[in-house]
Amino acid sequence: MNNGHDTHTHIVPIKVYLLVYVALLVLLVATVGAAYLPGHHTLLNNVIALTIAVMKAVLVVLYFMHVRYSTRLTWLWASAGFFWLVIMFILTLGDYFTRHWVPVQGWE
Amino acid sequence: MSVAVAKPGEIKHNYLNAGDTVRSWLLTTDHKRIAVLYLVSVTLFFAVGGLLALLIRLELLTPQGDLMTSENYNRVFTMHGVVMIFLFLIPAIPAVLGNFLVPLMVGARDLAFPRLNLASWYVYMAGGLIATWAMVNGGVDTGWTFYPPYSSSYSTSQVTLTIIGAFLVGFSSIFTGINFIVTIHKMRAPGLTWFRLPLFIWAHYATSVIIVLGTPVVAITLLLVAVERVFRLGIFDPALGGDPILFQHLFWFYSHPAVYIMILPAMGVISEVIACFSRKRVFGYHFVAFSSVAIAVVGFLVWGHHMFTTGQSVYAGMVFSLLSFLVAVPSAVKVFNWTATMYKGTIEFRAPMLYVMGFLGLFVIGGLTGLFLASLATDIHLQDTYFVVAHFHYIMVGGTIFGYLAGLHFWWPKMTGRMYPEGIAKLAALIIFAGFNLTFFPQFVLGYLGMPRRYHWYPEEWQMLHVMSSAGTALLGIGYILPIFYLLWSLRNGALAGPNPWGATGLEWKTDSPPITHNFEETPIVTEEPYAYENHHQQEEVASGTGASTTKG
Repeated sequence: MNNGHDTHTHIVPIKVYLLVYVALLVLLVATVGAAYLPGHHTLLNNVIALTIAVMKAVLVVLYFMHVRYSTRLTWLWASAGFFWLVIMFILTLGDYFTRHWVPVQGWE
Repeated sequence: MSVAVAKPGEIKHNYLNAGDTVRSWLLTTDHKRIAVLYLVSVTLFFAVGGLLALLIRLELLTPQGDLMTSENYNRVFTMHGVVMIFLFLIPAIPAVLGNFLVPLMVGARDLAFPRLNLASWYVYMAGGLIATWAMVNGGVDTGWTFYPPYSSSYSTSQVTLTIIGAFLVGFSSIFTGINFIVTIHKMRAPGLTWFRLPLFIWAHYATSVIIVLGTPVVAITLLLVAVERVFRLGIFDPALGGDPILFQHLFWFYSHPAVYIMILPAMGVISEVIACFSRKRVFGYHFVAFSSVAIAVVGFLVWGHHMFTTGQSVYAGMVFSLLSFLVAVPSAVKVFNWTATMYKGTIEFRAPMLYVMGFLGLFVIGGLTGLFLASLATDIHLQDTYFVVAHFHYIMVGGTIFGYLAGLHFWWPKMTGRMYPEGIAKLAALIIFAGFNLTFFPQFVLGYLGMPRRYHWYPEEWQMLHVMSSAGTALLGIGYILPIFYLLWSLRNGALAGPNPWGATGLEWKTDSPPITHNFEETPIVTEEPYAYENHHQQEEVASGTGASTTKG
């Protein structure tokens, strides 16, 4: 805490924001780069892109949304949101991976 | 804590007479006044949705479509669904009773964000008026579920406008949810620990969790339908490379938990009323509290049971079927605990208690028929039939309306300072219960026989059941109109209520009726468990509960 009197706000130095911004840009370049890797459109490609996206989201949540400097209650809520998102992805993808696909003309 | 008692003839200051200009109402940040604003608006939207329901049942009196065209019938049942779900069932209890009672019950002066609370009413009204405007400008014919590709590529009705309305109303409920969560976490009175909270508060907490985590998903999903419709981007339409089942995943990820947004607050009301009119503490308080949280969590895992016949993977269907059965566990915990609370209680059959008994009956019927729909095999026969219509009306409509009316009658003396007339209120409760069952029970049979939902032509042999159902609607209409008259009558002519006419426990009963603007003259300090009815002298309670009570023990 920079300010001993106010326990509710945490002043983050501009430098940290800039560093996070640069990190996000680097990750963006990494995403684009990964898309040009040989073996285009493979499962691995999706995994890399999603992993980088999660890293970016974590940076935004921790620094830009100030969760890093918040109470444990806020941590709980932020993780609950992620947990819910994971449920949505797992159950929906569970359907996708096991579905009996009906071919659509032009999209086989 | 002190209760300032008014001298005879003296008009006390309260939230109702704190200002009588239109401006003082429209710019108020008092949670109690905002609750009254919501009360008026949800009642109006309920009337609109109810009239549309009457039109539907009038059309279905005969096997032919002789009142309106198929297109108009589609528009009428769609708007009935949109208005009732987004503008009545979801906001009714949280926005009216929750807004009024959450700060009072936790001993706070107001909600954590009073201006956000006012904004939520404005956003709700904007969404509601946009949806109403869409209705009078040609309506929408997709069904309230807005399934693509029909909604995104083929329908020529006002889909985009209605979606914008639903989107806005969603944000209104997110505002309310955030407000409740922060208030319950941060603004509880000294001594009011988590396990001293009334179960109404636990129910609203669980509801708010669902609202905050689920509503953004449906809001964005509906927006994506609008995007596909306007910009022809392929998201859900297979002809454009999209996947319509993805829409259903996203839509039901919210819309199944939305059922619990409607029913959980009602369950909170039931716990309060049962404890008060049985004069007992709620049996298994901790179990009832945690069952609300369990319903909120498990409710997020079951959405795929709406999609058994859509082409969703059969393995996913099996998982969703199994998970759906799990929700029965916390729901049953509640029902058994309420029944155990009444066991050997000193039960008073006042009007709120009659609604509670009605709730229990309807909820059990609605819940048990849900098992038929959660089973893969029987769902294939029953999917999209009137069985589904009857089931969700029993759960959502029966549950929510009975809970809402129980709560409205129970806290009416607190909200207005006046008692409602007991005799006619009991009559209305009985009429609504009879009307409800006459309307929806025949629909279980119709659905089992194969009557599809959303059709207005049907074989003649089903006419008798449809006539019964329509007759029930007429009865139900009378039952709903009665409270409007006698509650309005009671505003001027009802007996003065006093701070605690039921002899109930809970902080909201320890301040004036109607409460002063800042709720409490001194911050209350809580020193006992909730529902400590046994600690209070029975004599006192009986003395305060005078009138036409039919006490049975």
